[in-house]
Amino acid sequence: MTDIGWIDAALTSARPQAVAALLRYFRDLDRAEEAFQEACLRALKNWPVNGPPRDPTAWLILVGRNAALDDVRRSSKSQALPADELISDLEDAEADLAERLDSAHYRDDVLRLLFICCHPDLPATQQIALALRIVSGLSVKEIARAFLVSESAMEQRITRAKQRVAAAGVPYETPGAVERAERLGVVAAMIYLLFNEGYSASGGTVHVRAPLCDEAVRLARLLLRLFPSEPEIMGLTALCLLQHARTPARLDADGAIVLLDDQDRALWNREMIAEGLALVDKALRHRRPGVYQVQAAIAALHARAARPEDTDWAEIDLLYATLERLQPSPVVTLNRAVAVAKVRGPAAGLEMIEPLGNRLSGYFHYFGVKGALLLQLGRAEDARVAFDRAIALANTTAEAAHIRQHLDRLMKDSQPV
Amino acid sequence: MLYAILCYHDEAVVGAWSKEEDAAVMGRLAIVQQRLAGEGRLGPVARLMPTTTATTLRKDGEAPVVIDGPFAETKEQLLGFYVVDSASLEEALEIAQELGRANPGGTYEIRPVLVLHPGKAMK
Repeated sequence: MTDIGWIDAALTSARPQAVAALLRYFRDLDRAEEAFQEACLRALKNWPVNGPPRDPTAWLILVGRNAALDDVRRSSKSQALPADELISDLEDAEADLAERLDSAHYRDDVLRLLFICCHPDLPATQQIALALRIVSGLSVKEIARAFLVSESAMEQRITRAKQRVAAAGVPYETPGAVERAERLGVVAAMIYLLFNEGYSASGGTVHVRAPLCDEAVRLARLLLRLFPSEPEIMGLTALCLLQHARTPARLDADGAIVLLDDQDRALWNREMIAEGLALVDKALRHRRPGVYQVQAAIAALHARAARPEDTDWAEIDLLYATLERLQPSPVVTLNRAVAVAKVRGPAAGLEMIEPLGNRLSGYFHYFGVKGALLLQLGRAEDARVAFDRAIALANTTAEAAHIRQHLDRLMKDSQPV
Repeated sequence: MLYAILCYHDEAVVGAWSKEEDAAVMGRLAIVQQRLAGEGRLGPVARLMPTTTATTLRKDGEAPVVIDGPFAETKEQLLGFYVVDSASLEEALEIAQELGRANPGGTYEIRPVLVLHPGKAMK
């Protein structure tokens, strides 16, 4: 089948591997991208006529490489390759290339491609934008829309990020085991960042940007296919799937936030949950806990609860305690306090978060949680102060609107009947 | 005769389908399946999760070894299967072709079934 839909999907799925291999040949991001673009154009012309190649990715790499080399030859005024030589060349070379693609080369190629997007000099948003452009192949326009900035601003941001990456120099030798593990960790962090950017937008009027979450899931699965026995990559993929499964229930028809306890669980995506649970199961077998696995295990407990009251909060408390040990952070403690409040009551939760006040003084969720706990304890006036602070710190209009509901209710309750 | 129709496809390609495309393919397949079921020719049907969820047990060594990932590292992966009842290979191939029109791309392997335990109906 060579209809355009199929070709489109084939080109999209081949992109990370093809661009990564071309990058290894040319050692230049722009040239690798251009070569891939050229190969895609030729595929759109060639495949509907001649049928799809046996190995579309190998075809794209080879044609992209030849086209770029052709360009170089032409510009150096030497003779271009005859067209049929290029074609006959293709058969053998494709088989040869396919052999090599099955080896570890491919794995390191794609890891390198992802890794260069994570250069430590690049701010998080630029890392994500670069990965979306280069690895996922989203257009600048699409990325700009996701980040709610103008196309020209995003174009500039990506160009600047590319320049910085090029100036920094990318190591092309095959990484050793330690270096590979380090790269894997950095890339996993970038994918999680991308997921979070979609799951809980850091600004603007759109609270959830599902396409970014979709893309993060795709990249996580890609990484897991390359490193099938890494429990943390299983955990990362599971975490993205289990959280993203709730997306259809997280906002109501008016775009207002619906809290976990109030969500219509029938709207949760059962397929994503099933896949996420299967991956958590697989990861646990390795007995090498890590931050993604623990967070995925927490998400799994929510996913397994048919009703909010079925949630195993005691187990969630224990998992957050593990997470606190693995990755101590006031935000983790804040999350743990929510579980503690469910198990031992709001006073215990409040006691746990009081010491965090200094470090989380600019954190929306801190004041949201604090207000809710105070409200449960019947301390309406203190709750109002906390909610006021939360509104001032809200990242999105949906967050602000959600807190305002609490305040409105407080106002109504305090009025004489 | 019972035939298994084993569905192979590049899962990266299938994974690149948009939600709408995926739903459209499943919708077209459902029509074919409903008809086959109505004619009493459709047995179990399965769509498998991505190979990243697979675990492989190698049991040819002295001690069985558990490996993460699918059994075979191939360009196309086993993504699902059907069991159909048909009078001949020709008829089984016709069914496969019909399913193939609803779900283009990839490969079907048509293999006669030697033993089928229907098992218990599962939830």
